[in-house]
Amino acid sequence: MSFINYSSREINCKIVYYGPGLGGKTTNLQYIYKKTNPESKGKLISLATETERTLFFDFLPLNLGDIRGFKTRFHLYTVPGQVFYDASRKLILKGVDGVVFVADSQVERMEANIESVENLRINLNEQGYNLDKIPYTIQYNKRDLPNIVPVDELNRALNQRGVPWYEGVAIEGIGVFDTLKNIAKQVLFELKKGY
Amino acid sequence: MPGYDLIMYDEESKQIDAELNRLHSQSNAKVVFLVDKNGQLITSVGETRDIDTTSLASLTAGNIAATGGMARLLGEREFSILFHEGEKDNIHISVIGHRVILVVIFDQRSSLGLVRLRVKKTAETLTKIFEDLAVKTQKEKAAPEGAPSPFAEISDEDIDKLFG
Repeated sequence: MSFINYSSREINCKIVYYGPGLGGKTTNLQYIYKKTNPESKGKLISLATETERTLFFDFLPLNLGDIRGFKTRFHLYTVPGQVFYDASRKLILKGVDGVVFVADSQVERMEANIESVENLRINLNEQGYNLDKIPYTIQYNKRDLPNIVPVDELNRALNQRGVPWYEGVAIEGIGVFDTLKNIAKQVLFELKKGY
Repeated sequence: MPGYDLIMYDEESKQIDAELNRLHSQSNAKVVFLVDKNGQLITSVGETRDIDTTSLASLTAGNIAATGGMARLLGEREFSILFHEGEKDNIHISVIGHRVILVVIFDQRSSLGLVRLRVKKTAETLTKIFEDLAVKTQKEKAAPEGAPSPFAEISDEDIDKLFG
């Protein structure tokens, strides 16, 4: 649910990074924050535990520039990935315009990935959204680690809809901006469809 | 998609600003701002220069969402008013028309009682404005008047340009 302000000529959209715990959602936002010009970004807010696990959400406002005379702002949020924070995840999905799923490519995290996609589908449904229709991009993260699942297999297990996907090493920034750019594009095209 | 995009036009924007300015002066507040429940800042008035209103808007919405979750666990629809007391500054947060959040930041120059009283009046006015806005938005979507929407013309190129 974007916010279009004809008075101040602004478009505001909300993107949520979803995925299993320790998959790299916060790392994506931290990299974007690090690499963006100071004038284009706000503060990166992290509501995290003392051990730096996301407790409620991370938040990063980004100004992407003008489109047809409208300032384009994206609000990026992450959810807490740990299973028991489900109530918080539901809240953060409210009013979402696009979702990035950050999957952990490691073999031992496959089950957690599958569980998290299922959880995403259920939580979106509860808010009245459909995972098969909403702007959606997948990032297969941690491609630099030794024990990883081949991309074909990841796609079969996690991407039945066949949405755009990127291989990522979020900690080094690989795939981070490709993912962001793709979801932003999908969100703006969805916005265009509505008018 | 559930709900509707929030769309703000010049006319309503001016009405809202006027109402918030009135609340700001009548309640002796430092800052008054209005946030969409999804965390988007709609507008702010007062001493905002030293305040990160974007972050504050997002955290306010998170706060309301969290207390809303608590409310539902207790069988309440929502907790419509929150109040945070600090050493110098206090924050009064209220949900208006189940859709937007009104935030008043005030210090010892005002009081909770005064803020509550003034907020109540403003809430009525804002509820009406947002109801009218919802009707207008639907009408515009069904049969756009005036200039075509700028979004209808968005091209791949426009979007690529955003990322340089």
